Amino acid sequence: MKKIIMTGTLAALLTFGGLSVPALAGPVDAVVESAWSRASIGMNRPGAAYMTIRNTGDEPVTLIGLSTPLAMMPEIHETKTNAEGVSSMSAAGEIAIAPGESVALEPGGLHAMLMRLQQPMTEGETFPLTLLFVDGGEVTVEVPILGIAARGPED
Amino acid sequence: MRRRTIAGYGAAGAGAIALTLFVGWWRVDGPGAPEPIGQRPMALTEMDFRLTDHEGNEVGPETLIGRPTMAFFGFTYCPDVCPTTLSDISGWLDDLGDEAKQLNVVFITVDPERDTVEAMAEYVSYFHPAIRGWTGPEGQIARIADGFRAAYERVPTEGGDYTMNHTASVFLFGAAGRFVTMIDYHEPREFAVPKIRRALEEETEGAT
Ligand SMILES: [Cu+2]
Repeated sequence: MKKIIMTGTLAALLTFGGLSVPALAGPVDAVVESAWSRASIGMNRPGAAYMTIRNTGDEPVTLIGLSTPLAMMPEIHETKTNAEGVSSMSAAGEIAIAPGESVALEPGGLHAMLMRLQQPMTEGETFPLTLLFVDGGEVTVEVPILGIAARGPED
Repeated sequence: MRRRTIAGYGAAGAGAIALTLFVGWWRVDGPGAPEPIGQRPMALTEMDFRLTDHEGNEVGPETLIGRPTMAFFGFTYCPDVCPTTLSDISGWLDDLGDEAKQLNVVFITVDPERDTVEAMAEYVSYFHPAIRGWTGPEGQIARIADGFRAAYERVPTEGGDYTMNHTASVFLFGAAGRFVTMIDYHEPREFAVPKIRRALEEETEGAT
């Protein structure tokens, strides 16, 4: 347990401005690109973060969860809109990414749902988000916080 | 003997399943179904509701008559669909430029318990200034949603919180209050602005 926490800290230290470095807990050939999130109003409302996760290795990788000091309950969610136009959100479960493939977390689909914020998400700041993979692998990325009305990583 | 008993249970079981399926059909698709959602919204002139806008003004269907209207249901605790739609709407309004000044643009909460007038005021302030936020008593929200044929549902989440499932389409009405069309979530962006123009050009006459 202690080892995992130390590794997380190390991973956070190794991470700079949107560029992610695979953590030392396990070799995961996955990179995170174009991560972004929206500022929150206070701490009561959940936040959401978006990114593209690319498998750069020769083996499939499976994303199983998230961890961040920003939120007590981070979870990969999926928004679905049914034939009647009604949108709903639920936990997405495990996400397998084939070698060379990528998965996009983007508005209206998959997203990193940040429930129970520990502090407000302030425009212009960043926060570390760790992606947890099967077999103990981790990738930590520093996620920029954009405005509430942001539409994408360039906004 | 024993075999027959099992067969008997089997038949009873099959009967029960058939009955369950029938009851399910009756309630979901059959004559006992609630009014299907996804049917055409009423004209604003036929609707009846009293709500409050984010500046504390009392509003109703008559507030919208006389100018074309773009309206959307959501809630401010919505982290994904609602801010995305509101920023899409803000983008469309920017694209329309001066034309957008003729439009009523309304964001109606389906979560009045948390979305007070003050919460709506703060939330809409982050988006295009034309967007108005409407809230009100749960019974009145139910009436406007019914008029729009919009659906919403409170869904409990872990830790005693809740989220709302809701219709995510953007509704467009002409100046006389007649429903024109809607912009579905995930519809290509290029389709949205021409649809809004259709609502802007809708004849003022001929509304029911
Ligand atoms: Cu979510």
